[in-house]
Amino acid sequence: MSQHEHVLVVFPHPDDEAFGVSGTISMHTGRGVPVTYVCLTLGEMGRNLGNPPFATRESLPKIRKKELHNAAKVMNINDLRCWGYRDKTVEFEDPEALSARIRGVIDEINPTLIITFYPGYSVHPDHEATARAVIAAVESMPQAQRPTLNCVAFSNDCYEMLGEPDVIRDVSSVSQQKIEAIKAHRSQTEWLIAAMAEEDSKQVPDVLKRINREQFWTYKFE
Amino acid sequence: MQPINLNEVQQHIEQFANRDVYLHLETTNGAYASHFDQSFFSAGAYIRNAKINFTRGLITGDQAPYRAGLKLEIGWVYAEGLTHWELTEDGQLLIAGHSPDGKLAVALQLSPKPFE
Repeated sequence: MSQHEHVLVVFPHPDDEAFGVSGTISMHTGRGVPVTYVCLTLGEMGRNLGNPPFATRESLPKIRKKELHNAAKVMNINDLRCWGYRDKTVEFEDPEALSARIRGVIDEINPTLIITFYPGYSVHPDHEATARAVIAAVESMPQAQRPTLNCVAFSNDCYEMLGEPDVIRDVSSVSQQKIEAIKAHRSQTEWLIAAMAEEDSKQVPDVLKRINREQFWTYKFE
Repeated sequence: MQPINLNEVQQHIEQFANRDVYLHLETTNGAYASHFDQSFFSAGAYIRNAKINFTRGLITGDQAPYRAGLKLEIGWVYAEGLTHWELTEDGQLLIAGHSPDGKLAVALQLSPKPFE
């Protein structure tokens, strides 16, 4: 690395990074670029408990926290921060307090790239609230100091509304790492891994069909 | 968790009667139900750590999935679709309804202390 680089990843649920971002993260850490991953909740309210279920509503957060740590290890992330919000409640938190907290991390680590969801196009209310807070945090910075913002979008209308993603990354060089990262989130991904093995295309979401291709939309401030 | 045995679960429910206990009650379709099927109307609710005191509690049904009702001094707690249960080390009674693919659809849980 010739100059300072640092990637900040902000998502609300353990495993939000797994399908669409873990290859990108692994490529950055593989080059020696530090990655900080802020995960807002522990996905306490997840409906997947393993199949057959091995988790309960009460054991799930502990299991998912362990899974997240394992995934982080696979991706060589050495700065993982769990913020302890509760699944499904991020949108009900004070948005200014949340974005100020994210701004605090930005000021601390001075990231050159931030990866989060694209507000308006990320389906889950926790994704949307997280994305809004990250965008607001970056927007509060002087324009010249703002890091690049790469956003994940997957709503049904995202292509129609945003056009084609402008960042497309071939992650085949780290595909094994990516698969291990996905598998690390066993409680959430076991059934998907099984569907992939059976080539059950109805069960396998598009994001996994193109597992070696990760894509982002660069956020543009108006 | 294990499949519900009515007698066993009934006995545990009764241990929680007539004293202040903490309730977690939830139904869910999953956060992506309407994303994957746009005709699907997704609805769900949860309440965590409601302090209740029930005078009468019953789990019933001819076969799984079962129903449970807790009679409060001025109201009711009700859940249906219950299939599995577990008593945790902390003495929490977890009753849940799992769909055939193992996903959580409903949860009714009682604890002597607030849930974490």
